[in-house]
Amino acid sequence: MSAHDIVLAVSGLKAHLDTPRGEVRAVDGVAIELRKGECFALVGESGSGKSMTALSLMRLLPETGRIADGRVMLGDQDLLALPEAAMRAVRGRRVAMIFQEPSTALNPVLSVGRQIMEVVERHSRLRLSGEAVRRRALELLEAVGIPDAGRRCEEYPFQLSGGLKQRVMIACALAAEPEILIADEPTTALDVTIQAQILDLLAKLQAERQMAILLITHDLGIVARMAQRVAVMYAGEIVEVADRDVFFAGPQHPYAQKLFEALPSPEKRGSELSVIAGQVPALTGTFSGCRFVARCELAYRRCHHEMPQLITIPEDHAVRRLVRCHLREEGLAPPPLVNASEVQTGTPVVAASPSVIVAVENLKVHFPIRKGLFKRVVGQVRAVDGVSLAIHSGRTLALVGESGCGKTTAGKALLRLITPTHGRVVFAGKDLSSLSREALRASRGAMQIIFQDPYASLNPRMRTADILGEGMRSLGVGRDKKDREDRMAELLAQVGLPLEVLSRYPHEFSGGQRQRIAIARALAVEPKLIVCDEPTSALDVSVQAQILNLLKSLQERLGIAYLFITHNISIVEYLAHEVAVMYLGRIVEHGTAQEVLGNPKHPYTEALLSAVPAVPVPAAPGADGKRGIIRLTGELPSPAQPPTGCHFHPRCPKAMPECRETYPQAVQLERGRTVNCLLYRASNAASSN
Amino acid sequence: MLAYIIRRVLYAMPILIGINLLTFALFFVVNTPDDMARMQLGQKRVTPEAIQKWKAERGYDKPLLWNEQAAGADKITRTIFFEKSIKLFVFDFGRAEDNRDIANEIRVRMWPSLALAIPAFLVGLAVNITFALGMAFFRASYLDLWGVVLCVAMMSVSALFYIIGGQYLVAKLWHLVPISGYQSGLEAAKFVVLPVLIGVISGLGSGSRWYRTLFLEEMGKDYVRTARAKGLAESVVLFRHVLQNAMIPILTGVVAVIPLLFMGSLISESFFGIPGLGSYTIDAIQAQDFAVVRAMVYMGSVLYIVGLLLTDISYTLVDPRVRFA
Amino acid sequence: MGILPVALWTDMLIWLLLSAITVFVWYCSRHAHLAAPWARVFRSRAALASAVFLAAYLMIGLCDSLHYRQALPTVDTRSPVAYAVEVRSLLDAALSALRERNERTYSAPLATRLHQKELIEKPDGSSSRDYPRLRHGGAHLANEDAWGEDIAWHLFAGLVASIALWGLLVAAMRYSFARRWPEIPWGAAYAALACMLALAGPLAALAVNYHVLGTDKIGQDVLYQALKSIRTSMVIGTLTTLVLLPVGIAAGIMAGYFRGWVDDAIQYFYTTLNSIPGVLLIAASVLMVQVFVDSHPDLFPTAAQRADFRLLMLCAILGAIGWTGLARLLRGETLKLVELEYIQAAHAFGVPDARILLRHILPNVSHIVIIALVMDFSGLVLAEAVLSYVGVGVDPTTISFGTMINAARLEMAREPMVWWALATAFTFMFVLVLAANLFADAVRDGFDPRVRM
Repeated sequence: MSAHDIVLAVSGLKAHLDTPRGEVRAVDGVAIELRKGECFALVGESGSGKSMTALSLMRLLPETGRIADGRVMLGDQDLLALPEAAMRAVRGRRVAMIFQEPSTALNPVLSVGRQIMEVVERHSRLRLSGEAVRRRALELLEAVGIPDAGRRCEEYPFQLSGGLKQRVMIACALAAEPEILIADEPTTALDVTIQAQILDLLAKLQAERQMAILLITHDLGIVARMAQRVAVMYAGEIVEVADRDVFFAGPQHPYAQKLFEALPSPEKRGSELSVIAGQVPALTGTFSGCRFVARCELAYRRCHHEMPQLITIPEDHAVRRLVRCHLREEGLAPPPLVNASEVQTGTPVVAASPSVIVAVENLKVHFPIRKGLFKRVVGQVRAVDGVSLAIHSGRTLALVGESGCGKTTAGKALLRLITPTHGRVVFAGKDLSSLSREALRASRGAMQIIFQDPYASLNPRMRTADILGEGMRSLGVGRDKKDREDRMAELLAQVGLPLEVLSRYPHEFSGGQRQRIAIARALAVEPKLIVCDEPTSALDVSVQAQILNLLKSLQERLGIAYLFITHNISIVEYLAHEVAVMYLGRIVEHGTAQEVLGNPKHPYTEALLSAVPAVPVPAAPGADGKRGIIRLTGELPSPAQPPTGCHFHPRCPKAMPECRETYPQAVQLERGRTVNCLLYRASNAASSN
Repeated sequence: MLAYIIRRVLYAMPILIGINLLTFALFFVVNTPDDMARMQLGQKRVTPEAIQKWKAERGYDKPLLWNEQAAGADKITRTIFFEKSIKLFVFDFGRAEDNRDIANEIRVRMWPSLALAIPAFLVGLAVNITFALGMAFFRASYLDLWGVVLCVAMMSVSALFYIIGGQYLVAKLWHLVPISGYQSGLEAAKFVVLPVLIGVISGLGSGSRWYRTLFLEEMGKDYVRTARAKGLAESVVLFRHVLQNAMIPILTGVVAVIPLLFMGSLISESFFGIPGLGSYTIDAIQAQDFAVVRAMVYMGSVLYIVGLLLTDISYTLVDPRVRFA
Repeated sequence: MGILPVALWTDMLIWLLLSAITVFVWYCSRHAHLAAPWARVFRSRAALASAVFLAAYLMIGLCDSLHYRQALPTVDTRSPVAYAVEVRSLLDAALSALRERNERTYSAPLATRLHQKELIEKPDGSSSRDYPRLRHGGAHLANEDAWGEDIAWHLFAGLVASIALWGLLVAAMRYSFARRWPEIPWGAAYAALACMLALAGPLAALAVNYHVLGTDKIGQDVLYQALKSIRTSMVIGTLTTLVLLPVGIAAGIMAGYFRGWVDDAIQYFYTTLNSIPGVLLIAASVLMVQVFVDSHPDLFPTAAQRADFRLLMLCAILGAIGWTGLARLLRGETLKLVELEYIQAAHAFGVPDARILLRHILPNVSHIVIIALVMDFSGLVLAEAVLSYVGVGVDPTTISFGTMINAARLEMAREPMVWWALATAFTFMFVLVLAANLFADAVRDGFDPRVRM
């Protein structure tokens, strides 16, 4: 690796942010080298400083931030020493950047073409004519795989889907053919099938143009799929740098190891996920020892008093790898990762004969579309269009699908938080969907919900005691105040929170703690079923593991059923007993978790599973890639105008002519396994429903 | 698009009816015509005959809603409600205390009002946006800080002070323009220039501070960061990206008041002796000329509703999200 | 000599409001999450300094809100005590010197002679046209040449008294408040206090023997009028909210929460109300109130009560018109809130609507209410002046900034110009509005910097 291959060399980078709590050292001495044509991944949890690092390189920190120290050498130019005008010539021209949220990163009132053309105009060395600039914009749109570029060029961002918007962002970034592309969580806001498309596109462009990519992400799966080299950030520092294969073969830093162990996966079914205790330390103060020391199980005296340096491991000559850990410095081998195979396969989770507690029959939720002079109803958004489910006590049914498929609406309609248009929700012999509000209240306690956003799910103006007590008071749980207080203490013990949280307000808690309070609130009324609406998607991996462990142990102890709504397949693999896959308001495949995930039948399920970037299991390198790769083209159609016939046929790689004609009926393959696909029509299984 | 506009127009109808009922209630139900007559005539020399005469002259001697004495359709039409309120819909305002036709008066007086209001509005808008852009460009510097302080100070000064102070300084002390009065045609310029100037200055504080907030809000958005990441100069970011987005709330806010420019400025006009609708209204209020006040209330409301309509339409013009939705 | 306390409507409401605010402050201090934004507000130096000025205005206004009627001296002890028809306030009593020492007409600030020439009879019997000596202003001076010296002496005495008072107050504040809340920049408060006392001390000292700010057309002391105007401004700025708040809050959160036809009805109502130009609607309403007052003389025995009723009605009208803005803001915020997950969680527990509105929605929009209130205040004070100038504001007999300006502007044309009444009114009003604006800005930043108003 010769020196001139290095296109960007960052050393000693420090970026500070002014916050009400004081100066936060968000980036504290980061050093990375980016080589020509490689994809370098900077991975870390929220608050680790990875995005701030990226923004510092571009000198685009928010106004409260400043770069305190360091050098960013682009070739032989120090970017941090350039005057602002010269820096502007670098931005977009030599280093381009794309952001996480394509829907806000594009200017809403300028046409897509205009936004690409302005980069071409700004940075082209020749003075291009208006027509040439436009041609170039069209070229770029085609290069990023936008069909019908001529028309799209005139459109505005709001007319494009999220995936197309991110493609436009990439086109903007490519316009001046930069040497380096910084991609800050480029697919976090997108669905997995779209994410797969965008990642493919980035990989293709990188290979074609010999462009270096600095990929900022929190997802180890994306790292495994995209990167040649990996750096792990923790609390403003890089704690480990290694080549991809070396890293995934065996991470060395205790934090990196913990990240792997906290990931849910099918191998860990039945066992508890490993968690990282505590929280990321506040970056307002100075450190005298290792930043991870408070959460590290292997910490010893030296870790408290001496800051570890990022060094190569003495006996590690063969591979290039840098680690910031005293243990490795002293040549101590990492303890073996907690491997799935070494853990007992868990308690048998299937109850003798689980009884159905809630049965959903042909549930539909349609929202009218009003148009024209008198706001006549001209159509229906079929958010949920005939969903039937049976939820068994003590079991977890995962409802899986991409955003917009109607899974959350179905969950809320089941609880009557949204009034269903049609269908029955049968609980204890009563149809809840036809009860009056008053009559419904008696059944409210049996079914509860946990939400996605822990920051929006607790009223900031109420103390924990009031939050927990609200449901009990409303539903008459507990005889008196004393009784309810005892119950609250019991609940807090169940979710692992100390008693003193009762008198505190939500803003004093972290995301994970809030989610625990939300779980306690749901438990307070002794529900039989909890609808979990993406309860961990807003949380970091290490916190997610805590919540999943908690949900799992509650189920085992209390026999609660979960309807687990998620788009995260690895959680399903880890937690669910049964899986129902939704596409455009309908369930397309339903069966036990092992069957559906291990042997998907519906082409959509197959594609969905193959789109998830898999994290290779460190103990068994090369274990990834067992799934055939199916890439879906296009995006989820609008539920207002679903395609004729099978909803999936326009995107289906196995579509047949008759798929256009009729919507496939559910075909029962095995006991409890159904799939709605014409491919299986020929099977001898009797059609149900 | 057309359906959208038609729907907005239809939506305005019940509001217009509501206003009509409200003014009717305010002027004829809260207090009876007898009360008005007594007040107009002065407490002392009020005889029942005088009241009766006063009411008859103005057509207030009929029943409010239902005329028992009349026959046929007259039962409805020969009432105060029909004659005074329903006729407002066709802009028949009746006559003022001085027996002049109000509608005619409005037609004559609206020109001086517009001569004052339109320049004040346009210059004010340009000055406010310029100031706000300047503060946004130099945001978080001393220039911005003192700009905001100046704005707050200017907001805290009564509009009356600007008028009185301006008139004293410019007209009386420096003799640059006439103190008050009006002539039509080009001559008007010399009479309007001072009120326009004062109008602009008195709106500068709150206006430019408000626009600055809008600009800064836009500047915090993600697309601005994208624009910077493209290597665009700060001025391009400000003028092409931020200004265009901030213009959506600014323009739509501005469009709403355009029709109301017809109503003129109450205080300015009366101070500078400009015979517009503003001074007409003030004179009517001070003379307790109920017919004129009622007419102006109705006119103002209609113009406000027109403003709402224009706002809706202007959204479709400036915001592609509305235009193509 | 006995007095008969008189409780005007506005007095009662002001004291009611004050006690409500006291309860609210006490409640906030007990709840950390409510106290935190206020702590942020007072950490702003500008807000703290403004608060000092506002407090001074408030004290004057409150003193002017305790009314009584003086017992008339009786010759016969057996007859029941008769009370003067004139209603006075505590402030009037304190300022009786200013109130009673009327001149014949205009006199300039600190003048010893009238502003216009009159025919003066000299002791020797001859007469000439000259500026006559004032009856009270500078009357203690035997020789007018000593005027400069006398003024300087008064100024000095006033300043010394100010410094002494400042020292005492600062010591008291350091001992009490500053100990309890050390994180607040008290220096700004001390500085503001120093500024205020440096002005007030000399003013007060001079006011003993002079008309510091001159006299108006009927010879009334302008300083006295300015001080009396404060109450009017305060009443308009605060009592209006008593009407505005309940209507605005109820309409806003109900429209946002129930949506559907409730929302349509409320929106229709406030669009209709909003579409009538404010000044005209106020004008029409005030005219109607005037008609009502004139046709029911029996309801209002004294002039003070008549003026008070009109003031109260003005507040009610301003409130009845002004709630639309607050309602629109709250509706928008509530629409966002109902989508939030904690509201849905409450629905999942079957919590009744009324309870959701009270426990979940209202506390979470309270910052908007508080911000709207403080921001409205300065606008209302300015509006009063304009309305009174137009003639649809307070009763002409009520002393207010608007009536002062209205009376004084006619004298613009006089040579030499009579500027002091205008200058006084504008200055007092400017200080009040500026302090209110700065304070409101700090409140907005402290509670929610993202709210646009």
